[in-house]
Amino acid sequence: MPESTTAPTGGPGPAASIHDIGYRHYDGARLGRAYARRSLFVQSLRGAYGLGRSARTKVLPMILLAVMCVPAAIVVAVTVFTKAHDLPLEPTRYAIYLQAVIGLFLAAQAPQSVSRDLRFKTVPLYFSRPIERADYVAAKYAAMSCALFLLTALPLLILYVGALLAKLDFADQTGNFAQGLVSVALLSLLYAAIGLVIAALTPRRGFGVAAVIAVLTIPYAAVSAVQGIAYLQGNTDIIGWLGLFSPITLIDGVQSTFLGATTSAPDGIGPSTAAGVVHLLVVLGLIAGSLALLMRRYRKAGL
Amino acid sequence: MSSLFHPTVARLTYRALLGRRRAAILFALPVMLLIIAVAVRALTGADDATANTVLSGFALATMVPLIGVIAGTGAIGPEIDDGSVVYLLAKPVRRSTVIVTKLLVAIGVTVAFSAVPVLIAGFVLNGNSQQIAVAYALAAAVASVAYSALFLFLGTVTRHAVVVGLVYELVWEAVFGNLVPGARTLSVQQWALALAQKAGADGAITSDVGLTPAIVLLVVVTGGATWYAARRLKSLTLAGEE
Repeated sequence: MPESTTAPTGGPGPAASIHDIGYRHYDGARLGRAYARRSLFVQSLRGAYGLGRSARTKVLPMILLAVMCVPAAIVVAVTVFTKAHDLPLEPTRYAIYLQAVIGLFLAAQAPQSVSRDLRFKTVPLYFSRPIERADYVAAKYAAMSCALFLLTALPLLILYVGALLAKLDFADQTGNFAQGLVSVALLSLLYAAIGLVIAALTPRRGFGVAAVIAVLTIPYAAVSAVQGIAYLQGNTDIIGWLGLFSPITLIDGVQSTFLGATTSAPDGIGPSTAAGVVHLLVVLGLIAGSLALLMRRYRKAGL
Repeated sequence: MSSLFHPTVARLTYRALLGRRRAAILFALPVMLLIIAVAVRALTGADDATANTVLSGFALATMVPLIGVIAGTGAIGPEIDDGSVVYLLAKPVRRSTVIVTKLLVAIGVTVAFSAVPVLIAGFVLNGNSQQIAVAYALAAAVASVAYSALFLFLGTVTRHAVVVGLVYELVWEAVFGNLVPGARTLSVQQWALALAQKAGADGAITSDVGLTPAIVLLVVVTGGATWYAARRLKSLTLAGEE
């Protein structure tokens, strides 16, 4: 019996061949790694606000964005109405006051950004494209940071525009606005790193949400309680150093040292310059450490 | 009671709650409370005002609700989320039995991880002077029951139960509770504090709600949430991931 060339079984014998059955080749441009990374970034950033997803997923991020902006609008309205000479609220304090909203946004959106890829095992599909592990982590991190920056910078922009419309001092307001922007940029970078690394540990969305919130709020509550006690005991030296132990007080310490903000610690007792430098180093260390953990997390792309 | 408690469901729920990483966070929170209690005691010595600050500001306001969210929604949420609840519902077990069993397990876990550490932390902080440790432990236990029922109910109503639960805690109890005194009337935390006020020495603990309305509201919320959760489970539809 003659050997059939289409026999499905048998090893690659001398008669085995691949038939050209007329499929057309792809002749278009290969868009490459940078394009894939940019696409992932854009998709993740849009996804954080529910754009390109179902209507129900838009509800929460949009409500949180509105909740962030409404107090700023009210502050502006009060300033204009009372003809005050300065905003009743420093821009740098704004994010500290509304930290619960920022925390909720991160807790809701960080898991949707990374946990679902893990849960539905789509991570290997990303890596079948011309992107590397570092590209995936960088795109997700940049997208989450940008989403948080939009959330925190938009109310500051409202405050700034409102202050200018109320004919407050231009140089003064611009300086405050710039300081506020630097502060929320740092906050966005820190929060995004913490949120993503926790969310990437679990494929369960609900648990990721709770874990992110726990890491953000529990240390803050603990630090506030201990700071309050230290203040009552007159032990004011330690108050500045206690801020090292929770994300939002880290930001608070950095901005009260370097960005001329008033601290939210009891009685406005901010960290000393040395403590402020340590605060900044811890923030940068946390960001770098979280990114390193994320890189480690995706070494095995499966689960 | 026997008809309302199903040992196998209880075992499965217990294992889902304390399995793997979920247990880590449940253990971390009480351990942190105890570390703070020891550190504060070493720093300042026994002091009633300090004990009050730590136990109400940190334990009751932050830790107990968070454990409640994790245990309450975790008892049923993941099962509904991944669809495996249909295997449970296909068994000849009454839906109300399923809910009550899961609720009991959630309450047990929440009490074990919140009320017991609060009691120990209270003794560490000031040696139960003015009955503060016992009063706060009682409040934590009562709050655990109400939170578990409330968040278990949320788990059957929405796929975003954790987020909704956290919004209630962070936005309603924390932010609105601080800004609008009236909002405190409708907060589990204040109802539990009302009981603590009664249990502690005179003037040691204050609550914004009277004892009778607090008890009535606690019973109504716990009972109502459980009843409606059972009803929801009878007509559960599984939705796909969005």
